[in-house]
Amino acid sequence: MTTTVTAAQQALKPSPPKRSELWKGVPWDWLGLVPFFGFVAVFLVFPALSIVTRSFSDGSGNFTLSNLHSLTNPVITLAYRNTLWVSVITALSGSLLGGLLAWAVTLGGLPRWIRSSVLSFSGVAANFAGVPLVFAFVALLGRIGLLNQLLRPTGLQVDPQRFLYGFWGLCIVYTYFQIPLMVLIMAPALDGLKKEWREAAENLGASQWQFWRYIGLPVLMPALLGSAALLFANAFSTYVTATALLGAIGQTFAVTIVVANQFRTDTFGDPGLGYALAFSMMVVIAITVALYTYSRRQAERWLQK
Amino acid sequence: MNTSKRAPVFAWLCLGVALAYLFLPLVAMVWSSVTSPRGFYLDAYVQIFQAPRIGETFFFSFQAAILTILISALLVVPTAYWVQLRLPKVRPIIEFLTVIPLVIPPLLMTFGMIRFFNNTPLTNSNQGLYWMMLGAYVIISFPFMYRSVDAGMQSVNIRVLTEAAQSLGASWFNILFKVIFPNVLVAVLNGSFITFSIALGEFTVSSLLNQPAFSPYMLDLSYRQGDLATALGIVSIGVTWACIAAIQLLGRGRGGVHPTGV
Repeated sequence: MTTTVTAAQQALKPSPPKRSELWKGVPWDWLGLVPFFGFVAVFLVFPALSIVTRSFSDGSGNFTLSNLHSLTNPVITLAYRNTLWVSVITALSGSLLGGLLAWAVTLGGLPRWIRSSVLSFSGVAANFAGVPLVFAFVALLGRIGLLNQLLRPTGLQVDPQRFLYGFWGLCIVYTYFQIPLMVLIMAPALDGLKKEWREAAENLGASQWQFWRYIGLPVLMPALLGSAALLFANAFSTYVTATALLGAIGQTFAVTIVVANQFRTDTFGDPGLGYALAFSMMVVIAITVALYTYSRRQAERWLQK
Repeated sequence: MNTSKRAPVFAWLCLGVALAYLFLPLVAMVWSSVTSPRGFYLDAYVQIFQAPRIGETFFFSFQAAILTILISALLVVPTAYWVQLRLPKVRPIIEFLTVIPLVIPPLLMTFGMIRFFNNTPLTNSNQGLYWMMLGAYVIISFPFMYRSVDAGMQSVNIRVLTEAAQSLGASWFNILFKVIFPNVLVAVLNGSFITFSIALGEFTVSSLLNQPAFSPYMLDLSYRQGDLATALGIVSIGVTWACIAAIQLLGRGRGGVHPTGV
């Protein structure tokens, strides 16, 4: 909301406190922003910028691209491959399950109270990640977890080494917080689908399937793509869940874990590579977030109320 | 009509599948914390109060959360006030700056900080690392605190309040702390509860900076005493959810904000 400063507002503007003539040249208004901007600069902007600049400089500060080139290190490419696949898979699984849940509570014809409770719970569950979430899945799928206890009479057992402490385990656990995130993003978009469109389609004899195929999904497509991009970024930057689940066996499994290892030891014996890796993560996240922002803008064209 | 009758069945099915996914792990967690091979037991919950390190780390994180809230509120409220009152054109810049922490994972923030401040007092002492952690927490809190406070200020007319206070001869300090702060207290509390729950369960920054925080300790504990750690996990989920319930009770719940990279 941009406010045009009208004459009336100008008149209402409180007068600055009186101060001696000596200080007249100082831009007092801007001085009020110093604490906040200073803090942000020191703890966010400078550190972030230093990652960028140092990934382009060698040990003695000269410009170089060799740090970026070293990203082809097989440890890093494997970590990237794992991370990208987990992110893609959980963006899709989260979009699908979360999208269907969002549809069920908005347009599915369920009672109103279900809608509000699911939306509130999603707000909680989307923030439920990290250490306790991993405990919960270990309690469910672990060696002596609930599932194996229930399966015991049948003689079947699920092997947690294959389905929990590894690639598929990450997919299963990440999906947990992707579903509610999707619900939170998609529910407003689904609310924006106008009732009149459905009625018009029905009057013209369109089936449910035809409505979704030719009207519903095309209109929602930008919103869906944008949400999937955000879910991708969310999974891509996840660190706690990955490290808590994989522990000692996954020291180089995901990109975030490799970056975290740079704190303790310089894994590659090359500090420049650590910066380049962190920088590459920033680039991936920036691209996905840009994609999200762009598709959101596209989505608003149709979904304005 | 056929279609409208079929739809709810499918909707119920979607709801059921999704809720099963979201609730089964929680059910399993509670179940495993209260059972043992010998049957029902609550030992793990009793042990929580007997293990001294749990109290220590919890208090450490609790204290850090409170300090974070104080610093964050002291930075955000005057800034949001000043921007709305005098420098509305700066607003987009501030909004942009306060969204960035949602996008940059705490991992990268910490990595940047520890390298940027390398060989300064911030990295050379444990005290320094502690303050660096608080700095990161405050940055992480900005998206929640700023948006909440900014919206809160729009709903009370700070311009008129300032006018009134000035005409009564109040100093800027009094205007800020006796007029503006009390009027946006609900908004500050709203941002504080989210900040509190994030800081209390925070893992990345505290573990990478070697701080004795609650979440890293909980993970560490799980390798030695799984039952105890699981029970502790349930308690920490309970605290987090209580915070979020408090926000919803405050009536301005915006559960949609999600810290990325957790």
